Amino acid sequence: MNTRLFPFIFAMLSVAFPFPLSASLGDDAKSVQADQAKMLGTLQTTSADSYVVHEIQTPTGVAVKEYVSPAGKVFAVTWRGSFHPDLRQLLGAYFDQYSQAVDAQRAQRRGHGPLLIQQRRLVVQITGHMRSFLGKAYLPQMMPAGFHVEDLR
Amino acid sequence: MKRARLQLILAFSLTGALAATVGCSGSNSPSSGGSAGLGPLTSNVQPITVNTGPAAGPPLNAPYIDGAFTSVTLCVPGSTTNCQTIGGILVDTGSSGLRVLSSVLTIPPLQQTGSNGAPVVECLPFVDGFTWGPVQSVDMTIAGEHANSLPIQVIGSPNFSNIPASCSSSGPPENDLLSLGANGIVGVGSFAQDCGTACTLNDASNPGLYYTCPNTGCQITAESLANQVQNPVALFASDNNGVILELPSVSGSETSVSGSLIFGIGTQSNNALGSATVYTIDSTSGNFTTVYHGTTYTDASFIDSGSNAIYFLDTNTTGFPVCTDANFWYCPSSTQSLSATNQGANGATGSVDFVVGNADTLTANAANAAVNGLAGPNSGSFDWGLPFFFGRSVYTAIEGRSTPGGVGPYWAF
Repeated sequence: MNTRLFPFIFAMLSVAFPFPLSASLGDDAKSVQADQAKMLGTLQTTSADSYVVHEIQTPTGVAVKEYVSPAGKVFAVTWRGSFHPDLRQLLGAYFDQYSQAVDAQRAQRRGHGPLLIQQRRLVVQITGHMRSFLGKAYLPQMMPAGFHVEDLR
Repeated sequence: MKRARLQLILAFSLTGALAATVGCSGSNSPSSGGSAGLGPLTSNVQPITVNTGPAAGPPLNAPYIDGAFTSVTLCVPGSTTNCQTIGGILVDTGSSGLRVLSSVLTIPPLQQTGSNGAPVVECLPFVDGFTWGPVQSVDMTIAGEHANSLPIQVIGSPNFSNIPASCSSSGPPENDLLSLGANGIVGVGSFAQDCGTACTLNDASNPGLYYTCPNTGCQITAESLANQVQNPVALFASDNNGVILELPSVSGSETSVSGSLIFGIGTQSNNALGSATVYTIDSTSGNFTTVYHGTTYTDASFIDSGSNAIYFLDTNTTGFPVCTDANFWYCPSSTQSLSATNQGANGATGSVDFVVGNADTLTANAANAAVNGLAGPNSGSFDWGLPFFFGRSVYTAIEGRSTPGGVGPYWAF
């Protein structure tokens, strides 16, 4: 498949999944399909006691998991792979807040290192190095009762 | 042995500084200014310094902490006169390839073009942001080593100021001196190229790091291995199988310390493996395994001179509080002595002793750039940052390259 086909495929998938192509973290569960479409990924869904996990495997080898609460909201996302996923897509409305926090932390850290954004409404943790990235983001105030952060993998 | 080498490095750095002031010859010839009594100067030793870096002074006043800096000499490909020496380059064993701020370049490197004749531009993701800029080639000299027609990334070029959304979606940009903290980054890690096979693919599995940018706008392109931004060491004529990074021991906080970046492993009398243990690393992820107090980071641990502290675990597991004003560093009330065990993919194991100090105390004087004991939490990986290198010789072998310790990639120390 030629890379020139990207826009075409993207348009096709947009038709196949008529969901809003923006926002994921904090958004409705249906935004998972939008993410899947944007990332050209395959989707697998598993259920736990108080939440549902949608796992998207992208063709670039990144495994993305989106955690959906009983209220139908994406309250956490995790990813792992040789490259970053589309963080603007994944963090949705929180992407700009995240970017500003990264700039502030980098300045305060006086150097480079793994990210630990810890705000009241938003937590983002990204670590790794070239060709190996690992990240998680969650909304503490949207986590279902009884959910433990350690359950995010 | 160590002292003699330090003297040798000092002598070499002085001759290097002299050569740089004389003009841009482009050849830091090691034969110039030999020092009697110290023996012959080897051409594979590059001085490095842990200092506050090029952003420390006004107007930015942004001193770096725990970063190792060096200089590189760049020439227009094929030229021995159209050259410049650039200092303040961060030495990074956690990445591969040379990246230089456009704003410090005085020579015009050669622009790489794609099959459509349009310039090739790269978006390189780091953990804390991305760099964007054209892929251009230079003849690079460092110590006595040459990497000719080396593809590098020129960061923040005003000619390519429109960053595609697919690039800026990986985080905030690091395209200037303030965000980068350096005039450039020289990646001398275990990979021969920055992206590798994935970027050569012509389908949806291409991660999209390389673009061609005609006037109509940038599009993701497939990029051959040879055209990708290269680990410069891999292009040397000799001493091209890896590097050794050496720094002296540091006690608490010091203004600066000097060490060396030695090219080649087992290729000369000054870069033998000696008694170092070889830990092979996963060729895809570039990681090995670290065990700390029962927590195992399987294939999720790495050695990275480009991280400015040792980052591991969290407050719940270590029992160390984070600093009240900086949640990314630990602030135990007194310095803690710890031990962790590293495991190579080859089964080699060894324990490493390290300390965690109070970061508030250690960083109180911003003039101190070399700080041992700087550490902080990390979610899901164990990051042996620059303090790991204090008092050690750390070997990084490049993937697929033969050494007396076996074929890379591996770390040895």
